[in-house]
Amino acid sequence: MTMIDSNPLPPEEGQPPRYKPALKRRYQFDRVYATVALIATLLGLLVLLLLLFDVFRDGLPRLALNFPDFLTSFPSRRPLRAGILSPLIGTLWVLVLTMLISIPIGVGAGIFLEEFATESLLAKIIEVNIGNLAAVPTIIYGLLALQVFVRLMEPITGGRSILSGGLTLALLVLPVVIVATREALRAVPDSIRQAGYAIGTTRWQVVRDHVLPIASPGVFTGVILALSRAIGQAAPLITIGALTFIAFLPPFITISENGVPQIQIIDGLHSSFTVLPIQVYNWVSRPQPEFHNAAAAGIIVLMIVLLLMNATAIYLRNRFQQTRY
Amino acid sequence: MRDSVVSSKQVADSGLWRPKRSLSRWSEWIVKIVFGMFALISIATTAGIIFSLIFETIEFFREVPMWRFLTDTQWTPLFTNPQYGVIVLICGTFLTSAIALLVAMPLGLMAAIYLSEYASFRVRRWLKPALEILAGIPSVVYGYFALLFITPLLQPLIPGLQTFNALSAGLILGIAILPTIASLSEDAIYAVPQNLRQGSYALGAMRWETVQNVVIPAALSGIVASCVLGVARAVGETLIVTIAAGQNPRLTLDPRSSVQTMTAFIVQVSQGDAPTQSLEFKTIFAVGMTLFGITLVLNIFSFWFVNRFREKYE
Repeated sequence: MTMIDSNPLPPEEGQPPRYKPALKRRYQFDRVYATVALIATLLGLLVLLLLLFDVFRDGLPRLALNFPDFLTSFPSRRPLRAGILSPLIGTLWVLVLTMLISIPIGVGAGIFLEEFATESLLAKIIEVNIGNLAAVPTIIYGLLALQVFVRLMEPITGGRSILSGGLTLALLVLPVVIVATREALRAVPDSIRQAGYAIGTTRWQVVRDHVLPIASPGVFTGVILALSRAIGQAAPLITIGALTFIAFLPPFITISENGVPQIQIIDGLHSSFTVLPIQVYNWVSRPQPEFHNAAAAGIIVLMIVLLLMNATAIYLRNRFQQTRY
Repeated sequence: MRDSVVSSKQVADSGLWRPKRSLSRWSEWIVKIVFGMFALISIATTAGIIFSLIFETIEFFREVPMWRFLTDTQWTPLFTNPQYGVIVLICGTFLTSAIALLVAMPLGLMAAIYLSEYASFRVRRWLKPALEILAGIPSVVYGYFALLFITPLLQPLIPGLQTFNALSAGLILGIAILPTIASLSEDAIYAVPQNLRQGSYALGAMRWETVQNVVIPAALSGIVASCVLGVARAVGETLIVTIAAGQNPRLTLDPRSSVQTMTAFIVQVSQGDAPTQSLEFKTIFAVGMTLFGITLVLNIFSFWFVNRFREKYE
């Protein structure tokens, strides 16, 4: 190999150099570039702060106005008496139903794909399919649910009911739950499985007794994050016909005439419902500023629910992170 | 396996440990079948979406010819003399999504560059999750902010800005899709091998020159894919545009005026009491099918683009 003179064109006598490093200018531009990039990053956060500021400025006085009343009274046509009892309870019930439906199905599907059907054609098709489902607009899920849960399965779901709402959101979060489960299972080292097989256990026994317990913090973190997305959804629930004005609670538990509490699961599941984002949407769409303040107060409550869920997820992740294998 | 059966028989004969092999084999089989069915639900969902959209769409086209759906320039399905020019809704969706992309693409790309090339480890550890909070804000909250904060803020600055307008909706829609573009672009930039950067530095290039001439070209396929996915999200986003851009189907590209997107129309009809056999009811499925088709094409395009133009490094 011949040596190449790496010195770029030494200046000849009397002639200016052809290559100008212009180091000072280029260093300056580098600083400008870094600053612009930082500003672009912070701009998104600035909008976030403005948004929180705006919501709290409009909503806190309304929330503080005879404090617990906003949480314990029903929506009303009079803006200063309107509360969020039924949307808040509706959100919590839909959340519980979504959880009960999506966790077993999503985790089961994740286990099947990761532990039983690895490398199979079915697993590949499902993987591509899940990638596609994640990009489908949420309102399309609403149209699917309108046809399948509200119309086709009306005898079971009771039409535009809380059960249909839970099923809809469960379908929506299912791809995310499956992906989270698979990732958590994949992080469990193979030596655990090999040790199980070596002492003669079946695949299911290894998964049930060893792999799943180790993977569970990861699974739960993913599930909670998925559910917190679902809680903010209004579009698919508007499509299936969740109402915007509900002045009763789902009759899961009623007190009969002689004071004995009764649990009516079917009536509760078939009850019509509303959720926080829909109530907020309804209030935002009205012209009166008093309703806008009520919407802001509703947003604060919604954000607190979301914050609690995310804090749980982070807690779980940090709590169990040390016990890695 | 045969050997183990024999040996377990011997164990059983000896009257010692009796493993219930048949039971565990049964439970294994049942678990496999049940979980396999759960996995099939995701495919059933896709099939369900396609079928539930197609049936009503076919019904719709029996009453409204397809060429009228595609070529009319008015969208007045709820009037006595209905017109079904879906191009009006597509135009509304296009307008808000384009504004969103104009906001989110430069901001998202610069944020991705800052996070992966300039930020120190500690700064990155705080900034990245903070940006991801933006993705977790419910869209109804963004809608509230666009209608009641951004629009009043812009109205003194921009003459002729209506209370409901495509501009504020698009701007906030851009903030909503910013995390998608930023984090997917960052993944693509992060995946560019360190060798390339060091080669560039060895030639005497500054960091910004390395970013512009080496890193971005190498990560281009991922960056484009992230923008396409961002657009797909903007097209499917519902409540921001319903709240802030209004319900006014009009064929215009003026960002100051109120428009109606495809998603906003579906919400509008769903809120009313359209009987299930009525034409209005079928209309939302035809619009839904159009929306689904557009997002599907965008997704397939981004898949194809990544596979076609990905730079592969050893």
